[in-house]
Amino acid sequence: MSATAPTVDLPIAAAAAQGYWTGVFKRLLRDKVAVACALVLIAIVLAAIFAPYVAPADPAKGAILKRLQPIGSEGFPLGSDELGRDMLSRLIYGGRLSLLMGISPVVFALLIGSFLGIVAGFVGGRTNTVIMRTVDVFFAFPSVLLAVAISGALGAGIANAVLALTVVFIPPIARVAESVTTQVRSLDFVEAARASGAGAFTIIRVHILGNVLGPIFVYATSLVSVSMILAAGLSFLGLGTKPPDPEWGLMLNTLRTAIYIQPWVAALPGALIFVVSISFNLLSDGMRSAMDVQR
Amino acid sequence: MIAYLLKRLGLVVPIALAVSVVCFALVYLAPGDPLSAIVPSDASKEMIDELKKEYGFDKPIPVQYAVWLGRTLQGNLGQSIATGRPVATEIGNAIGNTLILAFAASLVGFTLGAVLGTIAGYFSGSWIDKAVSAIAVAGVSVPHYWLGMVLVIVFSVILGWLPAMGAGPGGSGEWTWDAEHVKHLILPAIALSVIPTSIVTRTIRALVADTLSKEFVTALVAKGLGQGAIFMHVVKNVAPTALAVMGVQLGYLMGGSILIETVFSWPGTGFLLNTAIFQRDVPLLQGTILVLAMFFVALNLVVDIVQTALDPRIRRT
Repeated sequence: MSATAPTVDLPIAAAAAQGYWTGVFKRLLRDKVAVACALVLIAIVLAAIFAPYVAPADPAKGAILKRLQPIGSEGFPLGSDELGRDMLSRLIYGGRLSLLMGISPVVFALLIGSFLGIVAGFVGGRTNTVIMRTVDVFFAFPSVLLAVAISGALGAGIANAVLALTVVFIPPIARVAESVTTQVRSLDFVEAARASGAGAFTIIRVHILGNVLGPIFVYATSLVSVSMILAAGLSFLGLGTKPPDPEWGLMLNTLRTAIYIQPWVAALPGALIFVVSISFNLLSDGMRSAMDVQR
Repeated sequence: MIAYLLKRLGLVVPIALAVSVVCFALVYLAPGDPLSAIVPSDASKEMIDELKKEYGFDKPIPVQYAVWLGRTLQGNLGQSIATGRPVATEIGNAIGNTLILAFAASLVGFTLGAVLGTIAGYFSGSWIDKAVSAIAVAGVSVPHYWLGMVLVIVFSVILGWLPAMGAGPGGSGEWTWDAEHVKHLILPAIALSVIPTSIVTRTIRALVADTLSKEFVTALVAKGLGQGAIFMHVVKNVAPTALAVMGVQLGYLMGGSILIETVFSWPGTGFLLNTAIFQRDVPLLQGTILVLAMFFVALNLVVDIVQTALDPRIRRT
């Protein structure tokens, strides 16, 4: 949950871009944990996308007499919620909003943060100072607090929650992008390109981007785990989506009172957040070591 | 050292001001007229006029900020819409409970993290190291509010050993250090401690493993030093960075306890934020965020100074 000063290993040893990425992919495939996590994530994403075909029941239809059925009961493989709706179907449909709210802030922050960081790192000087000192201000807030502050002021809603989390993740990504770009910029091949007459745009496009996007991307994937937890947390606080939409954080909240009747049914949505979050974390670790050629 | 201290104190002022600007801006983020964000919906005409004058909404925004900053520095954080009481009073009543929870959680997290991290660092590469790393990954990946629910399910609902919510019997706000109150503290503190535990474990594991692989350790072994003496050298090298990480984590706990306080109905600042969100009480939200962020800024300052005092090689600029 923290946005501590990140460290990133540079894939400097990469000689030919093509061969390097093929090598990374091959090394990743040999990492059993990473492959297992990728498969789990693919299964959950596919289930969410094809929810109407996968889910056994309508996630919005409740049955007043079938409230809070236990796991494994007739017609409710994972029990039913406080309004008698099928938990399995709601968990499958819930993946749509939960994954969207968890992943999209990191995607937006990756676009904006890496732009800011690369510009700051490449241009340097006063531009760097202005961008990086502004970024520092947001580091003065604990991430949960910043997310709650922004989405609390904006009011409940999916778009507001995504906006708040995007603001939370831009600073750490910008910091990584800046530090990686500064390192790459001072390397000999950039100097050689400049000496041979390449313009700033060409240097960024050909020499900088290829070397910095990988580490920034891997760092961003490690943030998805935190983002999933925070996004569901905002919904849990009532700041994300509204009932009756299925979303894991909100389901966890509305089922809180049910812990005295069907405790394990109530805990299911959180278990899914945990599974997705840990899978992203381990996959990101696997990607980092696959890219680290020295090891 | 004194020159450094002054320089570091000077650096805090712009950060604190920038943080205050962000908090000030929260009122303007709220949808609609900023005035509607800070007055109760049933306010009288006179009250609205009075608030308008107090906040200076007819003046340009930089002037409004100056007015707001002046009031804030005097300890006036405005009125809570939900309760009608001054926001500063509300925060004063709640912050003690948040501090107790944060300190309890950091005590658990730092102790566990230091022990696990040192063991894993000493046996780096072994199965113990792998097991500890797995625990650490699980700890940063678990939604801590869900872990709180699971703890309640196991220890309150099923076993009936510990209370499920509140900071004490009868829901009283006053905290005392007796068995009944401490019982209420156990579950939220454990749920909140998983993140610092994992992060401290990871940090100390890496630092210990790194220090042990240094040449000076080999030299110490060759000199015939015992394990205990070598351990003291490791501690000396690990402590400054480890303390810095712990300090930052303590700050995260204070600001990040909102979800845990919600799960356990813990009457702290997180609970205030929750009230502020539900009642759309922007002054309460703004004041609480400001106070917590300032705590975090101050804590970072203390961490930097302590770290520099311990290890003069680090003089951050």
